[in-house]
Amino acid sequence: MRRIISILLENEFGALSRVVGLFAQRGYNIDSLTVAPTDDETLSRITLTTNGDDKMVEQIIKQLYKLIDTLKVMELTEGAHVERGLMLIKIRSQDLAERGEIKSCVEIFRGSIVDITSKTYTIQLVGDAEKLDAFLEATMHLDVVEVVRSGISGISRGDKYLKV
Amino acid sequence: MDHLSGGDILIRALKDAKVKYIWGYPGGAALHIYDAIYRQEDVIHLLVRHEQAAVHAADGFSRTTGEVGTALVTSGPGATNAITGIATAFMDSIPLVVISGQVPSKKIGTDAFQETDMVGVSRPIVKHSFLITKTEDIAPTIAKAYFIASTGRPGPVVVDIPKDVTEPNRKVPYKFPDQVRLRSYQPVLKGHQGQIKRAANMLVSSERPIIYAGGGVIIDNASEYLTLLARKLNAPVTNTLMGLGAFPGTDPQFLGMLGMHGTYEANSAMHHADVVFAVGARFDDRVTNEIDKFCPKAKIIHIDIDPTSVSKNVAADIPIVGKCSIVLKSMLDYIKSEDLVVDDTRLSRWWSQINEWRDLHGIYSKSRYEPSKLSLIKPQDVIKAVYEVTKGDAIVTSDVGQHQMFAAQYYLFDKPRRWINSGGLGTMGFGLPAAMGAKLAEPETEVVCVTGEGSIQMCIQELSTCTQHKLPIKIVNLNNSALGMVRQWQDMQYSGRYAQSLYEDSLPDFVALAEAYGHLGVKITEYDDMQCQLEKYFAYKDKTVFIDICVDKSEHVYPMQIPGGAMRDLWVSKTEKT
Repeated sequence: MRRIISILLENEFGALSRVVGLFAQRGYNIDSLTVAPTDDETLSRITLTTNGDDKMVEQIIKQLYKLIDTLKVMELTEGAHVERGLMLIKIRSQDLAERGEIKSCVEIFRGSIVDITSKTYTIQLVGDAEKLDAFLEATMHLDVVEVVRSGISGISRGDKYLKV
Repeated sequence: MDHLSGGDILIRALKDAKVKYIWGYPGGAALHIYDAIYRQEDVIHLLVRHEQAAVHAADGFSRTTGEVGTALVTSGPGATNAITGIATAFMDSIPLVVISGQVPSKKIGTDAFQETDMVGVSRPIVKHSFLITKTEDIAPTIAKAYFIASTGRPGPVVVDIPKDVTEPNRKVPYKFPDQVRLRSYQPVLKGHQGQIKRAANMLVSSERPIIYAGGGVIIDNASEYLTLLARKLNAPVTNTLMGLGAFPGTDPQFLGMLGMHGTYEANSAMHHADVVFAVGARFDDRVTNEIDKFCPKAKIIHIDIDPTSVSKNVAADIPIVGKCSIVLKSMLDYIKSEDLVVDDTRLSRWWSQINEWRDLHGIYSKSRYEPSKLSLIKPQDVIKAVYEVTKGDAIVTSDVGQHQMFAAQYYLFDKPRRWINSGGLGTMGFGLPAAMGAKLAEPETEVVCVTGEGSIQMCIQELSTCTQHKLPIKIVNLNNSALGMVRQWQDMQYSGRYAQSLYEDSLPDFVALAEAYGHLGVKITEYDDMQCQLEKYFAYKDKTVFIDICVDKSEHVYPMQIPGGAMRDLWVSKTEKT
């Protein structure tokens, strides 16, 4: 089962490598990873996605807490949440009809075209993993030359927050 | 406020962190620090012969005293040599601070001479690590390092210090923090009161309880509460390899060690128990045998300071996260306040079952191996003789292998911090340097290193350290001219194909070797001679003595759990299984 885990930790030397190392040494996979300082610059926020059953996630969360730099850990997928990833895609096309199809596809997915040449479109898309996957599927038959995806950023809905 | 250089700040901070001894080995990147050590007398440095031994010695010191052990090494090979020692301490939750010199900040990342990314290399085997980037950070970082190492589930902390940070000409004000508070690190201490009550009620009403106590009881100095509670519950107690001494080894309620080489009665009682009360133990694979067959009828109560240990291998029915000492005390208080009493008639059925197991295959009810005779000395008899000669009150360190298991089985530890071995990592070479640390901590107590001719050669250079620092240790070498435990497995699982486990005629003359280092040595080959020779050489209180004893080469350690079986499934001799 896919899980999104949010971690709030000290913005210290080596803190990220400890989190990443923990996953590697315990044999857990990281499917995606986003990390940046928060509004409070002494803190970093990591959102990572992984796969596993309840027992494994329980152990991951405990192990993350065990890291000295970790302040808070939350599994976002446990409750209602918002998740967003960014995708940049470059598609080659010189065929007019095809270029029209690309434009309408981008509109349907509420993306935007951020760069155009006579041969390429560069498209930006924001959404949850499912939406980004769906766009890739919809454009599969085209000449997609480059796909860049950020990790997921996530936040829980309503009156629930990860804060010191 | 004093203005000091980085090197002086480091040593002053160590003193303020109550450090009396540092084990270490100098080198280029650590020389500013060594110069600071030279110019003071508060913190004493002990020079070893290999950095691995520095860490093991600090570890042995810590296991004996409960204080944080300290080691100091230089960058590059000094740091990497320390790694085995750090991993050993990490696996057994021993509080250490290991300080490593590092190349100057500007050279980090340039593949400079003797450069190793120590923080990176040690990351999976430390509780935490620091790379100090400025002189002002030294004192607060040292304070944090000792705080982190010694609290919660203890463990080793690495502090890596680039050479320029300890530069003698750059002086900054010195201030050691009065207290350390880390917003991201606040270990749970007390344990959930509701869970404690549930656990106490479950234990009191159980029919077949067993207390399974591990190293956590010793680390947290909780033996006294454990013993009181065990008496109150009239429950049998088994200890893990790391927990020996947590409950008195000669107590009638004690069933011996459990697990792979545990006793038949301890392993059977675990298997048939209705309540397993795990205290400061972690359901290691060397305890549980096949996890799916582990204690099929038992409810599990588990006290541990480390939440990650709870329900990691075996799901706990009543998990209690907290310090063993505090939780056990709360449990005793609750039992007393509620006037809970156990039903002794119900328990007497359990005890009569246990006594049947003791008689059937127990190693303490009668001898289960062929007696020693003439030049065939049984290793078990050596341990029994050492036990007698030392009146059961020595600090015994060990290396890893058959001798370790024989010592664990036959030296009955009545007190905590008397049995010092590398349980988790299983580090050959640990015994001698750990004994040095123990002897430094308790000069008046007899310190015995039980070892084998394989293990001792992994840190034998430390015989020289014993000479230099006058650390009189008794080394009891169970010499069977083979890697005994490897050979045992090769006998049992590889049809006796002894791949690389025999020394043939390559072993040194250990007596001559000991003498070369300025110690005494004696070789014992006859059983009838053994007791009086041991008495004679143990009487040399101020000498390190290497006692080389030729033991039966074919002896195996039994009981031994059958791989893939339940806890009670054991080989009890070469031909008999349960």
